[in-house]
Amino acid sequence: MRYAMVIDTLKCVGCSDCVVACQTENNVPLGYCRDWVTETVDGAYPNVELELKSERCNHCDNAPCVRCCPTGASHIVEGGIVLVTDDECIGCGACIESCPYDARYQHPEGGYVDKCTFCHHRLEKGQNPACVEVCPTKCMYFGDLDDPTSEVSELLKTRKHKVLAPEAGTSPNVYYLIK
Amino acid sequence: MQEEIFVSGRHLPNIDPHLEIWHWEISLYLFLGGLAAGVLFFAALFYLLKKEDEMPATVKYAPIIAPIALVVGLAALFFDLSHKLYVWQLYTTIRLESPMSWGAWVLLITTPISILWVFSYYRETYPKLEKKLQTFKMLKFLEPFEKFLIKNRKVMALALLPLTLILGIYTGILLSAFNARPLWNNAILGPLFLTSGLSTGAAGILLFTKNHFERTLISKIDLALIFIELALIIHMFMGMYAGSQVQLEAMQILIGGQYTVMFFVFVIILGLIVPFTLELTEIIGFKVPIIAPALLILLGGYVFRMVMVNAGQLTRYLY
Repeated sequence: MRYAMVIDTLKCVGCSDCVVACQTENNVPLGYCRDWVTETVDGAYPNVELELKSERCNHCDNAPCVRCCPTGASHIVEGGIVLVTDDECIGCGACIESCPYDARYQHPEGGYVDKCTFCHHRLEKGQNPACVEVCPTKCMYFGDLDDPTSEVSELLKTRKHKVLAPEAGTSPNVYYLIK
Repeated sequence: MQEEIFVSGRHLPNIDPHLEIWHWEISLYLFLGGLAAGVLFFAALFYLLKKEDEMPATVKYAPIIAPIALVVGLAALFFDLSHKLYVWQLYTTIRLESPMSWGAWVLLITTPISILWVFSYYRETYPKLEKKLQTFKMLKFLEPFEKFLIKNRKVMALALLPLTLILGIYTGILLSAFNARPLWNNAILGPLFLTSGLSTGAAGILLFTKNHFERTLISKIDLALIFIELALIIHMFMGMYAGSQVQLEAMQILIGGQYTVMFFVFVIILGLIVPFTLELTEIIGFKVPIIAPALLILLGGYVFRMVMVNAGQLTRYLY
């Protein structure tokens, strides 16, 4: 089992529904978010390209946050999902410093570090992550890369894609379709 | 080609627009940890070289800095944790991949040894205190323990040598292990922090020296350390010049950006070159109050940590 998220940048309209869905589903404290939308403008008029995409924790195979965690609170569970155990986290901030995607934050009330879980609690019930579920343009896909017939595997086989900051050496599991 | 990135819906406190997760507590600890490591390293080294009587400041008097620095530093670290009650979780596991985990364990061993080392000398170093303590009869039970410690100073010294080197170098490795922060992510930072820690340790010892032989020897060692430190800083810049775009941008903060004045005036000039010159003129034979270079080195050491911690958090991957 190797969970992955595939996001079609050509279909994303940048509505931020995924952000609100996540905040609601996961009780994200006010002013915080576990996913966000970026807008990249490339080129100069009249040859301008616009890319919209929803970003979050990349659940990296080679996760720097897991490596630098002094207590083992940051860990990888089955399917390659990176999670934080609240009551093992001391709030030292090392994982926040280590993340090239700045995907983690300190929970303002709890003090522990928090981030996207790929909606682990929903996956256990056989549901998709909240962000994927609500996307109005259906530009987000979630599935198992070890299964060659899954929708995500098929998309990565047929479409041109990229990951974020591959030079950071993290082997991310969130893919972006770019063509 | 122009590229602009707008991030919408994300204004995470302490993270956007750039990280502010580690504050003054971390820089203070990195400085105090290095200082304690330096002081204890020289104490253990010269004890093992049997220079106890020729170099009393190094072996007996200056080590009082170490437990104070470590306790204050650890308090600062604790203060910086955001989930404080769970701090004991550090000691439920040993994680070799996490420099912070080694640091936690090394501190757990080194801090008590530093206290025991100072305690084993208190009759010689603090005769007034020793007179007062004798009136407290309840402390009498500590006497056999004290004798045991005095007998085992060699064991403590042998343990301190590797422990202080790990303590001194791990603070640098801790930062250099974060490849998400290009300014930190260079392998020279470990040796650089170790050298700087040893140099601040030597400066701390200089404040306690009374005899000429000891002062000259420690000054000479410090001169060598400052020279190595300058070389390592040049080495760091050269490495970054030859690095990728993110490293070039990271270096810009130090050589032509927000922290340039802080770094060159306080670290390079006041913290290294001026004390180097002062120590050299003192060794040649001119009268220089030793407190001047020593305090400058300590100041430079602290500002260096502060600049590295703050500037490092300004740097990131662009994607």
